[in-house]
Amino acid sequence: MKIAVCIKRVPDSETRVKVAADGKSLDEAGVKFVMNPYDEFAVEEALRRKEKAGAGEVAVLCLGPAAAQETIRTALAMGADRGILLQADKLPADSFEVAKLIAAELKSTSWDLILFGRMAIDDYNHQVGTLVAELLGLPSVSAVSHLEIEGATGVAEREIEGGIEVVEFPLPAVVTADKGLNEPRYPALKGIMAAKKKPLEVKPVQAGSGTLEVVALTPPAERKEGRIVGEGAAAVGELVRLLREEAKVL
Amino acid sequence: MSKVLAVLEQRDGKLRKVSFEVITAARRLGDADAVVCDATDREACAAALAARAKSGGYRAVVFSATATGRDLAPRVAAKLGVAVVADLTDIVADGSGFLVTRPVYAGKALLKVKVTAQPAVLSLRPNVFTPDAAASSVKPETLPVTAGGRVKVREVKAAPAGTLDVAEAQVIISGGRGLKEPANFKVLEELAHAFGGRAAVGASRAVVDAGWRAHADQVGQTGKTVSPSLYIAVGISGAIQHLAGMRTSKVIVAINKDKDAPIFKIADYGVVGDLFEIVPKLTEEIRKLHG
Repeated sequence: MKIAVCIKRVPDSETRVKVAADGKSLDEAGVKFVMNPYDEFAVEEALRRKEKAGAGEVAVLCLGPAAAQETIRTALAMGADRGILLQADKLPADSFEVAKLIAAELKSTSWDLILFGRMAIDDYNHQVGTLVAELLGLPSVSAVSHLEIEGATGVAEREIEGGIEVVEFPLPAVVTADKGLNEPRYPALKGIMAAKKKPLEVKPVQAGSGTLEVVALTPPAERKEGRIVGEGAAAVGELVRLLREEAKVL
Repeated sequence: MSKVLAVLEQRDGKLRKVSFEVITAARRLGDADAVVCDATDREACAAALAARAKSGGYRAVVFSATATGRDLAPRVAAKLGVAVVADLTDIVADGSGFLVTRPVYAGKALLKVKVTAQPAVLSLRPNVFTPDAAASSVKPETLPVTAGGRVKVREVKAAPAGTLDVAEAQVIISGGRGLKEPANFKVLEELAHAFGGRAAVGASRAVVDAGWRAHADQVGQTGKTVSPSLYIAVGISGAIQHLAGMRTSKVIVAINKDKDAPIFKIADYGVVGDLFEIVPKLTEEIRKLHG
């Protein structure tokens, strides 16, 4: 099986967001960057599919700055075979421009399966995988928490509000991974050593600006200072009174 | 007045609550045409929506950012050659375009963007736009779908009757490691039950990763972002990625034995002490109100 996994370098989920001097972006000073957590499920799924097939290739593709080589090395340490960095210092806010760059790179190879995380935990756009599928003319299923592949047919489960949707689709296809799809492995020392020697191709790209312009990045409204109502079960009466009379939510 | 296409969602022949949010927001932006479309054949539905969006001279196409909306909107957007402006929480017209606010970094910051795409493809974060009185009388047009797509919903396994999704509940009672073991979530389920079908039980990442609760129940940066009227955090210390997922709740109550837990910094009302004494007492009081 020939599988491509598209990953993103994002600030760790513990990051405290500080707005940069331009008032439009994240101040990256002191921020720890990691592989987007949903992309870890995608990498793991690719590795398992290849292992199950007994042959094939897992290529990892990342659009990002030079430092994203480190993110790609993490995927290589997990077991991916090779990496491609589409190098751009700044990613456009417009996901369609991002998708065009990724689709242009993927187009030259015939993949059996292309995997993404269902969304990135920084911009919350949850669409790039689906956009890329449309640009490549491939079927796609998003936010998949369980995947079965039998020959050229895939059956995926997606969580929907109040249930699970079972979706059937033909391969080749694009699938975006949700939590629950698998348990991503940690890179072992041997994998980390091996990753250093695996091929990583760097290709500079230029993204268009698209139809979205960032005006400002601001901190969310602060919540009003709350208060401790009391201690133990004795405080419950007062809590209920406050919820009814002050907050008016009961 | 400019035209807006409102894409509504139905389940079992009935419009879902998010549909009323979509029509309310769409009518604020212009003259709204409401449509529904059978999404069983995903590609066929997306093609029908895109064809309508192209032919109708619309200024915007509005979805709800539900599981289905998040899958459909980018399919339609790609056919129109634009991105989805996803999960927005505020929108105003700005010249021929829109000025949109969307939470990023799981709500730790707000991004304001100017959208110039024609039509703009927008998805609204559920539970943010309050439906107005006129919304409930909306009569959507059913778009005909030409079968033949490759991606098909074969089956929907419904959650057990009476379980409400955390993303849609008006009241959420979430539990964390303080519950000590999975079986103890029963005390939270009883409290949820006391709210009479309005409440769902949520969970912190720690207990989902430990396998105590399903991922569908997880609230936080790698789970669901929720905005209920009342959020009760029980035995949750308040890691930053959890706070990110629930900080836009209208009212937050925290119950925790550690008075220094970060959750108390964000909570409107806190009760310090043993949750196994406090929660059953609260359940009793809520039952009295609803009984």
